[in-house]
Amino acid sequence: MSFLSEALWVLLLGSLLGLELIGKVPPTLHTPLMSGANAISGITMLAALTLIIKAGDNIPLLAMGAVALGFALFNVIGGFLVTDRMLAMFSRKSARRKDTNS
Amino acid sequence: MNTAEILKFAIDLVAVLLLALGIKGLSKVRSAREANRLAAVAMGLAVIGVLVNSLGTTGIAAGAWIWIILGTLVGGSLGAITAQRVPMTSMPETVALFNGCGGMSSLLVALGVAIFPAAAAAGEAGGGLVEDISIVVSVFVGSITFTGSIVAMAKLQGWLSTPPWMQSKARHAVNIALAVISLIAAVELGRHGDNSSALWLLVIGSGLLGIGVTLPIGGADMPVVISLLNSYSGVAAAAAGFVVGSQLLIVAGAMVGAAGLILTQVMCDGMNRSLVSVLFGGALGASSASGGGGEYTNITSCSAEECALTLEAAERVVIVPGYGLAVAQAQHTLREVTRVLEAGGIEVTYAIHPVAGRMPGHMNVLLAEADVPYEQLKEMDVINPEFPATDVVLVLGANDVVNPQAKTDTSSPLYGMPVLDVQEARTVFVVKRGMSAGYSGIKNDLFELANTSMVFGDAKKVLGDLLVELKELGIGKKG
Repeated sequence: MSFLSEALWVLLLGSLLGLELIGKVPPTLHTPLMSGANAISGITMLAALTLIIKAGDNIPLLAMGAVALGFALFNVIGGFLVTDRMLAMFSRKSARRKDTNS
Repeated sequence: MNTAEILKFAIDLVAVLLLALGIKGLSKVRSAREANRLAAVAMGLAVIGVLVNSLGTTGIAAGAWIWIILGTLVGGSLGAITAQRVPMTSMPETVALFNGCGGMSSLLVALGVAIFPAAAAAGEAGGGLVEDISIVVSVFVGSITFTGSIVAMAKLQGWLSTPPWMQSKARHAVNIALAVISLIAAVELGRHGDNSSALWLLVIGSGLLGIGVTLPIGGADMPVVISLLNSYSGVAAAAAGFVVGSQLLIVAGAMVGAAGLILTQVMCDGMNRSLVSVLFGGALGASSASGGGGEYTNITSCSAEECALTLEAAERVVIVPGYGLAVAQAQHTLREVTRVLEAGGIEVTYAIHPVAGRMPGHMNVLLAEADVPYEQLKEMDVINPEFPATDVVLVLGANDVVNPQAKTDTSSPLYGMPVLDVQEARTVFVVKRGMSAGYSGIKNDLFELANTSMVFGDAKKVLGDLLVELKELGIGKKG
């Protein structure tokens, strides 16, 4: 039971943290934020990784783990890169604005 | 605890801290890009943590390495390619696709543990009931997230439209039946952990439920659905964390789940809709196509040339961008037009409706790509009082967000949704491909107003013509 009770505390506190982290978000950032949070949800790749490592020589399980890992990494890498692409457009612009102001 | 475990524990703590800072930073314009990188670094650290821990305790077999590298290479490179290739205009679909894959991953992990309980005996979860419940939740949420996201993507891409029977009340009965089937399967699975027919029933039932719930949802509400599914994929990750006994997964999944829920709420507020009505109300307008619909009778249309002449005489111009602008990829042409207008001393601002496009912030991203200064983008509450003092409003491929019915017609399905009061301006030009209804399928009274003129054509072509006309008129020429 000790893992369960600890895990439930972690779940509760993590949820509260998530609720608090995002208070006011300017509409500009809604899409990047969604996309960034989406990339983080690909953290299931850790579970897939654990599955592969503990699978021993069970080939079907290894294959399943590898496919799960592939899906998760598709989410993570794609998600972060796409978010970066979106945000790059904002930062490039503010840099230029600084130049014109000075 | 040996050294490897302590090391992993420390790495996990740092990773959680960085992830939290990352999400926090993503909500501010200045820090957003660094925050995104911070979160990416945190993810990398978390992977190193798992590897270090395994190397230090049980070791990683050579065979396992092959599968790890295989999965990483294929998934990672496909993700990188997709991220580079996809055009900015189809961001919503892309997020939906990524999200679905995250859900699929959680689903597969739970399936793996469920099918091979002995081999996977991952659980510090302690086995037994806790593990069974975690597996059920992970399968259920993961499956819904996957099918729901894929349907959302297909609908946004236009690959899929809603079959008529899905609009009828019958869909509720079907969805409730699917939910009951899933529930029965879940209980069966909880009672006998190795019941494989119950497992597959759960997978199929919840998968179909994801389709059944997403399919009838109307286009205007799709952003909310994607955001909600994003929240679900966080929940799925947290559930997978219970399955394999990883607190890092639980905390990260919970953070994403909660943050996604907040974002969903923000979007619902923007449309003055409740989450319940989005999820169960079905497509806007579909039920009352006769009430809100009807033929247009009193349409004024004009050419780009007339539009240019009016623009030349204006002092204040407000641009209302919509999904049509995104589809036509016309943001750069638009920027050239506004540069000419600005050079001619005309004040140009952009009115951004919270849900313009297919996703909140969609228009901001698009206009930022075309180098439109951030200060010129005005939010709805800021710009609405300014419309009476505006000479010309140029509506580019937006429809439902400028429909005055939302304020005047209580029978309209749009009634109550905050809209941009463009009709208050002196002249309104609506650039549109044809007289088809907006995404919600509702007739727009704006088009029949006396001060509204339609300019028919693809947004990019019309703006191109406009640019030529404006240059011929000599606006913005120095000297």
